[in-house]
Amino acid sequence: MNTNNAPPPVGSNQPPKMTARGVNVFYGAKQAIKNVSLDVRADEVTAFIGPSGCGKSTFLRCFNRMNDTVDSARVEGEIKLDETDIYAASMDVVQLRARVGMVFQKPNPFPKSIYENIAYGPRIHGLAANKTDMDGIVEGSLRRAGLWEEVKDRLGESGTAMSGGQQQRLCIARAIAVDPEVILMDEPCSALDPIATARIEELIDDLRGKYAIIIVTHNMQQAARVSQKTAFFHLGTMVEYGDTSTIFTNPSEGRTKDYITGRYG
Amino acid sequence: MSLTILFLAAFGLALVGFQIGRARGRTLVATSGIAAGTAARARIGAVHSRPNYHGSFVALLALAPALVVLLGWSFISEGVLTDSVLASVPAAERPETSLDRTSFMNEVRGLAAGEIDEPFDLATIPASRVYAATQTNYNMLAGAVAATLAALGGFWAYSRLTPQFRARNRVEVAVRWGLMLASLVAILTTLGIVLSLIFESLRFFQMVSPIEFLFGTRWSPQTAIRADQVGSSGAFGAVPLFWGTIFIGAIIAMLVAIPLGLMSAIYLTQYAKPSVRKVLKPILELLAGVPTVVYGFFAALTVAPRVRDFAVWLGMSDASSESALAAGVVMGVMIIPFVSSMADDALNAVPGSMRDGSLAMGATPSETVKRVLLPAALPGIVGGILLAVSRAIGETMIVVMAAGLAANLTINPFDSVTTVTTQIVALLTGDQEFDSPKTLSAFALGLVLFGITLVLNIYALAVVKKYREAYD
Ligand SMILES: Nc1ncnc2c1ncn2[C@@H]1O[C@H](COP(=O)(O)OP(=O)(O)OP(=O)(O)O)[C@@H](O)[C@H]1O
Ligand SMILES: [Mg+2]
Repeated sequence: MNTNNAPPPVGSNQPPKMTARGVNVFYGAKQAIKNVSLDVRADEVTAFIGPSGCGKSTFLRCFNRMNDTVDSARVEGEIKLDETDIYAASMDVVQLRARVGMVFQKPNPFPKSIYENIAYGPRIHGLAANKTDMDGIVEGSLRRAGLWEEVKDRLGESGTAMSGGQQQRLCIARAIAVDPEVILMDEPCSALDPIATARIEELIDDLRGKYAIIIVTHNMQQAARVSQKTAFFHLGTMVEYGDTSTIFTNPSEGRTKDYITGRYG
Repeated sequence: MSLTILFLAAFGLALVGFQIGRARGRTLVATSGIAAGTAARARIGAVHSRPNYHGSFVALLALAPALVVLLGWSFISEGVLTDSVLASVPAAERPETSLDRTSFMNEVRGLAAGEIDEPFDLATIPASRVYAATQTNYNMLAGAVAATLAALGGFWAYSRLTPQFRARNRVEVAVRWGLMLASLVAILTTLGIVLSLIFESLRFFQMVSPIEFLFGTRWSPQTAIRADQVGSSGAFGAVPLFWGTIFIGAIIAMLVAIPLGLMSAIYLTQYAKPSVRKVLKPILELLAGVPTVVYGFFAALTVAPRVRDFAVWLGMSDASSESALAAGVVMGVMIIPFVSSMADDALNAVPGSMRDGSLAMGATPSETVKRVLLPAALPGIVGGILLAVSRAIGETMIVVMAAGLAANLTINPFDSVTTVTTQIVALLTGDQEFDSPKTLSAFALGLVLFGITLVLNIYALAVVKKYREAYD
């Protein structure tokens, strides 16, 4: 048992933040996710790794029901957020998505000002009573995303006029502006250079503990650096799930080992 | 021998040239010592061009000089013929004014073609014989010259065919020139139309001051045929027409088309299931193919009477059966597919990641449309609306049939108003003198209309283009 850089899981005796049980996802007749079960803990970063097309994004998008927006997609099984089934009829997706935020692979700031980008979620969910409140939320979110110092003098400028790395941090700031409980990140650094990537990884590390985070990544080092739990997917099934340190040093499955050591993928 | 036959003969000659050239090209391939089974690499390059290119080269060099001769001849032949016919007429019977000469020649031509039996002017009978004879002679001459040149061109081209000859490259050059000429035709025609608009308008503005035309508020172009007739001086203040055009095309029609077009675009792009969209979108676009005259009689016969009844019910007892409202509403319906397909494009051009980003924030579909997609697509939508306006103000049929001819300056939508296009139709239908201000004012109106739509189109295309670039 190796303990290289991952801190020991904190408070792992608490109930998990989100749980997935027996999840199947179909696109039309084609099954993209096969019977996957997994727990996501509130104080940890969970990484999904696996070769391209194995269903990581599909599975991730089950956690905030973004698959609802794909007409052909159908989800079976049970996913719970704090003991409530998010696919139950009584679940309101608007509220679910306020609690489970998402950051996409390609930075997608709205073509609005930096300020308006952050204020977007709080406005929709009515989180600010007045302008002062909103200013506070915007500043707080930008600070937590480590972007405040860079943009505080140009909040009125367009969010699309920033560098890729800044845009991605803006999207993270936008996601945390509604104070979610879980943040889903789908390859958040794949469009960024190494320096911008390092900043995002730092940011993820800072956010850990405040939000449960699930991150999809193709970058083994990144998974090893930022996550405490890792799930390895292959052809729609979850092959192995466990402490990141274990997965990366002593995987129990041959396929995991092959993938991590770069023998295929 | 008529010119048509000569042209056909030129093409026939070119076809013969093609066959000969291609046969020669095939011989070149056959004699170059390369058998059909040889490796591709050896075969490519042994004879530079394929036989078809050899054939096309010969055909082109035969056709081009013949066409030049025949086209040139067809342009000048009428003038030459007229001169020789008139010269043959005894001086006493020769027509003097240009008008007389035109009618004289018309009779001559009619007689020669056998369309007239008894001419008005008996002097045209011998003249028509001269005409027929001269025409035959000259056409034979032109045909002979064309055939000779075609033969020379063809032979020269044939003599150049060798295995190394780059026929393909020459044919490509000819194709490029041919295509360029074709595109020039459209551009030059447009230019010609614009120039004629400008010149005729200038003639109009010599009779009526531009100030009166552009700012006057009374439009009554009834000039008299005879100078002593009552009301011989017309009034040419075009403001009521401009207002009518804007009132119907840019205001009432857009009040209908913009909301409905936008909403259907939003429904189709954001809400409709793919299966529904696949059915609805083509149907909506089919509406754009309904002939405007159909919309016109729908406006005149179905909508206008209802509008009048409604106006009467509102208390306007003298409401007319032609109204700005009827024409504008139907025109708006006609424009809906246009607005909706432009808005559809604009909304589709907004990257899907914007929509996903907004939905992932917990926004509802309608909040997403309102706060993210519409603002992002706005420039494209505005561009589309401007194009729609420019279409609406150029539209004629509906307003002719449903809005009336009365040049009222009114903001009452139940009144009858008239538009620039309607007036142009009214001015130019029926018998007209070609140099009365009444007729010429049509050109001035056309020029203004052209100017407005041109500016609208240029501006709209610039907006749309700039917006497309923003997301590419
Ligand atoms: N909208 C869709 N419609 C149909 N099939 C889809 C759709 N999205 C994904 N799939 C299919 O589902 C499978 C899983 O796709 P998914 O995007 O989840 O893979 P991934 O692991 O995220 O891959 P990558 O690492 O390349 O992002 C793939 O085979 C893919 O072709
Ligand atoms: Mg993916």
